[in-house]
Amino acid sequence: MSTTNPLLDVSGLTKHFPIKGGFPIKRTVGAVQAVDGLDFQVAEGESLGLVGESGCGKSTTGRLITRLMEPTGGTISYRGQNITHASRRQLAPIRSEIQMIFQDPYASLNPRQTVGKIIAGPMEINDINPAGGREARVRELLEIVGLNPEHFNRFPHEFSGGQRQRIGVARALALNPKLIVADEPVSALDVSIQAQVVNLLQEVQKELGIAFVFIAHDLAIVRHFSQRVAVMYLGKIVEIADRDDLYGNPRHPYTRALLSAVPEATVDENATARERIRLTGDVPSPINPPSGCRFRTRCWKATEKCATEAPPLVQISGNKPGHLTACHYPETADVIPAQRLSQDPESAA
Amino acid sequence: MTSTDQQPFLSVRDLKVHFSTEDGIVKAVDGLSFDIARGQTLGIVGESGSGKSVTNLTILGLHDPARTRIDGEILLDGQELLTASERTLEKLRGNKMSMIFQDALASLSPYHTIGTQIAEVYRKHTGASKKEARARAIEMLTRVGIPQPDVRVDDYPHQFSGGMRQRAMIAMALVCDPELLIADEPTTALDVTVQAQIMDLLKDLQQEFGTAIIFITHDLGVIADIADDVLVMYGGRCVERGTKKQVLGNPQHPYTLGLLNSMPALDGPVDVPLSPIPGSPPSLLNPPTGCRFHPRCAFAEKVAGGKCSSAQPVLEVIDGRGSACHLETSQRDALFADYAATAGHN
Repeated sequence: MSTTNPLLDVSGLTKHFPIKGGFPIKRTVGAVQAVDGLDFQVAEGESLGLVGESGCGKSTTGRLITRLMEPTGGTISYRGQNITHASRRQLAPIRSEIQMIFQDPYASLNPRQTVGKIIAGPMEINDINPAGGREARVRELLEIVGLNPEHFNRFPHEFSGGQRQRIGVARALALNPKLIVADEPVSALDVSIQAQVVNLLQEVQKELGIAFVFIAHDLAIVRHFSQRVAVMYLGKIVEIADRDDLYGNPRHPYTRALLSAVPEATVDENATARERIRLTGDVPSPINPPSGCRFRTRCWKATEKCATEAPPLVQISGNKPGHLTACHYPETADVIPAQRLSQDPESAA
Repeated sequence: MTSTDQQPFLSVRDLKVHFSTEDGIVKAVDGLSFDIARGQTLGIVGESGSGKSVTNLTILGLHDPARTRIDGEILLDGQELLTASERTLEKLRGNKMSMIFQDALASLSPYHTIGTQIAEVYRKHTGASKKEARARAIEMLTRVGIPQPDVRVDDYPHQFSGGMRQRAMIAMALVCDPELLIADEPTTALDVTVQAQIMDLLKDLQQEFGTAIIFITHDLGVIADIADDVLVMYGGRCVERGTKKQVLGNPQHPYTLGLLNSMPALDGPVDVPLSPIPGSPPSLLNPPTGCRFHPRCAFAEKVAGGKCSSAQPVLEVIDGRGSACHLETSQRDALFADYAATAGHN
């Protein structure tokens, strides 16, 4: 839901990475269009899921929001304040309110620091002295994330992968953030551990009222965690909607294909009625994305129009308010595509 | 047909693989048995460190004998592999049995073209001429659905996309029409839409060539899609086996049940918390006594006399179905039904 005053307001967000080439003077010869014109909002206490395949720009989006990367274009507003190109000093107070959880719990914790020092790090940097001292706060945080508060003197290597990810969560919570960007927070963990961390994040979100941007490629986990979901393809949002709308009534062909490709651990014969759409080929290169609609090279519905005209992300007829789709020929709710024209996957390369 | 004719194509009996390390002996695989018939797919599920990859490297004879102690018996089409000479194994590898790895980029040589790498395998085992082998490489690339195979055959691995590299690896693995294909997490590094393509491809090829496939994965969804039989591994042991329908539809081991219930489903309820398995996988240096799953098991207290922590449960297999758990069968149904109900994920 786009409230009148969202916590985070992103419009036209763009990130192009220049490609340098030539000798002896290097020039910019092209650009990887990692993120190309994103518009979305995150309300306070809301969880927005970002899904898509590798290379679709979801991680770049996370890094742009947290301003770990400088955007090429567009604006990012946090509580009405434009932070798109804010300086380090201007960002300082906001940085404590926007935190990040990383994918790899082995790479994101300093192996030479104790857990206590890692979790107290954000407080030290921001010169925050909570009542009762930092150590008490660290113990409290360890308890919140389900670790033994007596373990603050241990080093990361003494913990398992799931426990390390809990330490990462504790660090992100240290400054009472309003927004957490979680970039694939469970994909590096074993299946039996993933659910533990998802539950923890969900508790944290509900009890502390923190807004989340939850980046993942696992559609089932995103569905479980997010109230609203945006599907990205090659640097653009192709569909964004409430969870139930997106999973129950996907209108973009890519969303449908993505959902139908998820293998499910059921052997129930009655449940095999789920349609299967097989996309051919791979995601094209973001250096030279297809003209018009970027999905057209793999889409079974593509026509001339798709090649010339980029479809806008709008509320198409039959959609609920807030359900936006970028497609010229959206899917209807019940019709299963009868014929799939297989496209040459290499035609775009 | 006599009973000897029904001997399984691949038979693994009481396999033990132990590694000596500085910290002690790692019992990576500890008494594993299974069979697989021609044209069948066996799915092996387990978490990291459960011994699934070690098992398959053992079948191919890829462990350093100086550091590894291997006991048991592996029969491939009646031939003992564990005592076979390196020369014999070399003849079998790539020919009668071959493997697909998870990371296709790391498994292909960056200095040689895709075509040369596929042709090399073929020439080595058939003695074909360079020209014949190249023609065969193009044929294989066509089979696995690489567009313009006669042009792409001269490309290097870095010129291929992730999905195409995996296809090229499958082409290389199948170039000599192997009878056994081991696929170790072949789709884990791929996106879901490409994963679906690769699994369809493997199924088609299996239909065509009657290859037996061992498919290793941690993803139960992938297993449900591709496997005929399923073997669930935990801490170096098999905890449950049976047909896909039996194992996924009616799990008999608390670990399998826990795994199935800890994953959210695309059509499951959303406002209830997930039901994770508490704790974390065991260290194989110092595994728990008794049943290796008992410290994480929801039902360990239901077994009288603390048997779970003292005695190792035996895997009794009848008609390919069995589980290694101390719970009485009568107890199990009611307990598992309760668990699944509170988990809320059907």
